[in-house]
Amino acid sequence: MNVSILTALIRKESLQIIRDPSAILIALVMPLILLFIFGYGVNLDSNRLRVGLVIEDDNIAVSGLVNGFLGSRFFAIDMAKDKRVFIKPLLATKLRGIVIIPQNFSANLAKQNNAAIQVITDGSEPNIAAFVYNYSRGVIDLWLSQQYQQQSGMALKNIELQPRYWYNPELKSRNFLVPGSIAIVMTLIGTLLTALVIAREWERGTMEAMLATPVTNLEIILGKLVPYFILGMGSMLVCLLVAIYLFHVPFRGSFLALGVCSAAFLIASLGQGLLISSVTGDQFVASQAAIMSAFLPAFMLSGFIFEISAMPWLLQKLTYLFIARYFVTELQTIFLVGNIWPLLIRSTLAILFIGSIFFLITAKKTRKRLE
Amino acid sequence: MMAEMMLRAKRIFSLVIKEMLTLFRDPKGRFVLISPPLVQLFLFAYAATLDVKNVSMAIYNEDRGFHSQQIINRIIGSSTFSHITFINKESSIKPMIDEQKVMLVLHFPADFSRKIEARAQTRVALLLDGRRSNAAQIVNGYLADIINEYDLKLQSESGNTQGILNIIDRNWFNQNLLYMWYTIPALVAILSMLISLVITSLSVARERELGTFEQLLVSPLSPYEILIGKTIPAIIIGMFEGGIIWAAGYFYFQVPFTGSFWLMLFVLFAFILSTVGIGLFISAVSKTQQQAILGAFIFMIPAISLSGYASPVENMPVWLQYATEMNPMKHMLISVKGLFLKDMSFGLIWQNTWPLFIIALITLPIAGWTFSKRKE
Repeated sequence: MNVSILTALIRKESLQIIRDPSAILIALVMPLILLFIFGYGVNLDSNRLRVGLVIEDDNIAVSGLVNGFLGSRFFAIDMAKDKRVFIKPLLATKLRGIVIIPQNFSANLAKQNNAAIQVITDGSEPNIAAFVYNYSRGVIDLWLSQQYQQQSGMALKNIELQPRYWYNPELKSRNFLVPGSIAIVMTLIGTLLTALVIAREWERGTMEAMLATPVTNLEIILGKLVPYFILGMGSMLVCLLVAIYLFHVPFRGSFLALGVCSAAFLIASLGQGLLISSVTGDQFVASQAAIMSAFLPAFMLSGFIFEISAMPWLLQKLTYLFIARYFVTELQTIFLVGNIWPLLIRSTLAILFIGSIFFLITAKKTRKRLE
Repeated sequence: MMAEMMLRAKRIFSLVIKEMLTLFRDPKGRFVLISPPLVQLFLFAYAATLDVKNVSMAIYNEDRGFHSQQIINRIIGSSTFSHITFINKESSIKPMIDEQKVMLVLHFPADFSRKIEARAQTRVALLLDGRRSNAAQIVNGYLADIINEYDLKLQSESGNTQGILNIIDRNWFNQNLLYMWYTIPALVAILSMLISLVITSLSVARERELGTFEQLLVSPLSPYEILIGKTIPAIIIGMFEGGIIWAAGYFYFQVPFTGSFWLMLFVLFAFILSTVGIGLFISAVSKTQQQAILGAFIFMIPAISLSGYASPVENMPVWLQYATEMNPMKHMLISVKGLFLKDMSFGLIWQNTWPLFIIALITLPIAGWTFSKRKE
């Protein structure tokens, strides 16, 4: 391998990146938009759920319960005496649910006669509906046990469930979304951008021209991949700084672990881009293939937002084929938990294994193309 | 006057025909119209779920007594948990969670049953993986229900009926909280937007790349006629594609459609009109088809993520909530969900449709202006 040829190639490729508006869009604009979206926009923590509270019971005894709802940090409460007021807002998605304290509620509770509170949720958004119910139950339970304790001096419940959320005690979805979005940014650069750029060379015939020169295949490939590798690692670093300093995501692992895992992912991702470009040889098809085989799976099948365990069986197994699945887990773990070596080593090996398959097929394909 | 109108209409009509032919004759064009929407329909429908099921959990039971076993049996009987591992030392808890072998560990203390028998207070520790805090919170709710129910049963058996309170949980519009009922209506919006954006953003960029845009400009067509001629095919195909997803949702995925058929067509039309202006604008500023596709892609990601689809709009910072008013997807999602599940009336639909017309009224002239500027 000739170092001066290699540096010349890398220089040429880097200049091309800088001068290409598509490259700037993918490598610079997209990552910033994604970080912005997952830092500010997408927030799974429903802290101010707007819920209508219907108080049909005028007894003073329920005021404690009403205050419980008003004071809860999970709710923004609208109050009324009649349920009908809230039906239209619920239809219009202005409210997420209605809690009804019915007439005679406190009397029934005192008489131990089937007291009931009704919680109506907007099922058209199932995740939020589940939270409306969960949080309402929390408020009601708390009020009930306090009430009971005051009256009888005894605890209402014998069994108390004490939940503890490890690694993310404030339950901020940002803490796992921002690290996960690094996987998407690196997929964009490693697979989409690389596939596009190299497909363009095949399309224009400049790739053949290059292969015909005395420059070896290895030098050509390295000359192509090294600039994108640097670009990818650079954007990872930017994401890391933004995550830690702007979004205050905890970082409990080591930079070394993050560097090694990211490098392995990026190499495999570049391999995928290279493979797509050499199979399609056409920019347009390459971009579609990269979006379908890398970007969408990184988004949907990686456990980044959507729990893999809730997917149908076949889809669950399919996720093992996509490198982003392993990388998202690694990123969330390095940021929030620390260097959990068994998990990191297992995932990195899987990524490298899939990556080496990409390179092997590419090598075969390219040789065939030239014959 | 009348004759001129006729001529104008005829010119636009021929442009529409030409646009449709270009789209369907080009294999790449056909590919974009057919395969990505199909793949995405199935991928989203099955994968995009915040449902909580098949949860893996571990139980560390130091108690040898009756009551912990009763609770464990109830957990095993619940459909939420599919893999339950029993561990027998405290030191295994951390690696189980750290390596994501389980989402949560339930820990019964050694004196659990004894304390219950003695009617004393006891506690169960639940350790959850904060990396998956959304699912973990919902699972926490399920377990709390199971344990509460058992506790109440014990109390009423011992004759204590005080403090018994039923919470009657009713999920309107989607009784069983099926996540697919949420995803499919959203997909009608997402995929029809995708198609109309791709068609319009490619339309001018393709002509420019092939050099035929100049020919179009020197033809008798005015820039606005070109604009209309490029808008109509996108609306037709976008509505057609939206209709297919709508039908697939109703017949194949069995999502109920409670609203009015004609209102849905009206809403779909307004929505696609509002995205066409954006697509044409992207097209007018792109030099190549490549840039146009990327431009559409870059618009789509925030338009979908910041629409209330991925997470509720009210969870966003207030300034961003105002910004989402400009996002056609945000308004469309409310209507399309409302028509599928809530039988929304025209009044409510209109509240979420007029902003779409406003967006179209702003974006279409801007796109037209970009065209005429390019002409000079």
